[in-house]
Amino acid sequence: MNATERQRRRVGTALALPAGTLLAVLLLLPSIGVLSFSLTDYQFGMPGFDWVGLANYAKLFTDPDIRRSLFNTLLYVVMVAPLSIFAALALAILIEGEGRLGSVFQTIYFLPITATLVAMATAWEVALHPTFGMVNAALSAFGFAKVRFLSDPDTALATLAVIGVWKILGYNTLLFLAGLATIDRDLYEAAAIDGADGGWGRFTLVTWPQLAPVTLFVTVITLIRCFSEFETVAVLTNGGPSGATDMILFTLYQQAFRYFDIGVASALAVAFLLFVALLSIVQVSLFERGGAA
Amino acid sequence: MTRRDLSRLATRTVLVLVAIITLMPFVEMLAVSFASKSEVYTGAVLPMPSLAATIANYGYAIREVPLLRYLANGAFVCGMIVLLQVLIAAPAGYALAKLPFRGRPILFGAVIVALMIPLQVPAIPLYLAIAYAGLLNSYTALILPFVVSAFGIFLFRQFFVSYPDEVLEAARLDGFSELAIVWRLMLPAARPAVMAFAMISIIVHWNDLYWPLVVVTKTSMMTPPIGLMEFRSSGDSTGHIGALMAGGVIATAPLVACFLILQRHLVRGLSFGVRT
Repeated sequence: MNATERQRRRVGTALALPAGTLLAVLLLLPSIGVLSFSLTDYQFGMPGFDWVGLANYAKLFTDPDIRRSLFNTLLYVVMVAPLSIFAALALAILIEGEGRLGSVFQTIYFLPITATLVAMATAWEVALHPTFGMVNAALSAFGFAKVRFLSDPDTALATLAVIGVWKILGYNTLLFLAGLATIDRDLYEAAAIDGADGGWGRFTLVTWPQLAPVTLFVTVITLIRCFSEFETVAVLTNGGPSGATDMILFTLYQQAFRYFDIGVASALAVAFLLFVALLSIVQVSLFERGGAA
Repeated sequence: MTRRDLSRLATRTVLVLVAIITLMPFVEMLAVSFASKSEVYTGAVLPMPSLAATIANYGYAIREVPLLRYLANGAFVCGMIVLLQVLIAAPAGYALAKLPFRGRPILFGAVIVALMIPLQVPAIPLYLAIAYAGLLNSYTALILPFVVSAFGIFLFRQFFVSYPDEVLEAARLDGFSELAIVWRLMLPAARPAVMAFAMISIIVHWNDLYWPLVVVTKTSMMTPPIGLMEFRSSGDSTGHIGALMAGGVIATAPLVACFLILQRHLVRGLSFGVRT
């Protein structure tokens, strides 16, 4: 090894050291810390703690409040994910066929991506308000009864799901549009020669198979985002009415930073991490293959 | 009407309907922020705008909420986060891409693992450490957990890998130090990646509610999302719906304006995973 190469190695270590140290201190070691906390009954502010094995994990299945929260999370994912994925795909295809007018719709659909969700959630709340909201005014104009969207336990979670779809739809549309742009035009001509002239034929023969990696990518991102829903719960419902909108991150937040039950909160964090990590492995392996294109 | 016209009409109807639903909360927020209390409570679908009410609503949001303070906090926190993220991630990305050092596979592995860990996991120990250090309700607490971005390191590494080695050799012969190469050659060449990264980072941290909610309880340290949430849940907001919506407009407008101007860059950044 000559002098310049040795020096280059030294510089490489020096340039990577700040990032490496901070990753370890701020992310990796605390995450290992959470794993250890999850095996204890540690409470913030208490002098000591005991090791309790997997008792905190058992609680995730036995505690009725936590079970309901996990069930609500699944229900929310089931309501938001399929709709926001397939509607986005349909919108992307419709926009692509529109030319210049399409980019106007594109810009409108993208607006929720940058908007501050806390602000938009309160705007939704006003719009859905039983006495002065735009939505209920429209409902009564068409002869429907007014709905107490957020304060009725039967509709609250579904209402948050609608806001969830509203938030994520434009982003998914953007990803599908990026994917559509990478499809080779020649494939459509080849499909036409094979007799696939209509829209449906073109879709099943070319668009759908060509978009498969993008669809997988969108699905992973959407699932992670749905699973991580926090703002609308924290701002609009506080998990209520009577626990109807409690979801995993809100429960985790309350256990850790309201009740200071670090043991249970850590077990929830580990469960959350496992789910996100599994999905992320799919995502990273897509990245590593150089993206979908 | 031909079949083609019919399908075009159907397409546009769908697109317009979705556009109306997308814009609905924005319209409601703007309309209520321009309206007087009595207009809002009579339940008109679109309350009449009035200049006096607009001034009252926005004035209340700025002076009493106090939204200007939140905006300043948000701008400072986001600015520091982005600055530190680029300062820390760019050299590491360069080292991973171009310099053969011993810890390289370990660091790359750590970056990949870190990409999968959501903030809520390390948040618990980080909160305990920050609380014991007496740093709750400080800018340090708001900024510290985000100074290193695994996504940033990964993005810069991907961008730098394709940079031609001959140019690097020539720069070294011209007497460039490795740090000078990062700042004067690589970062300018990676401007699209830096722009995209900075915009995504600003959107994420400007809008973040979770972490500020964990470490901030004092009004003077709040960022716009937690400040708005605080105002909404205080009894004060029931009498000042217009001011609440005005606050929402003020908190949302900077990024939405930014997005409309820089849409192309942002779209490229956000679709990074689809076409690298």
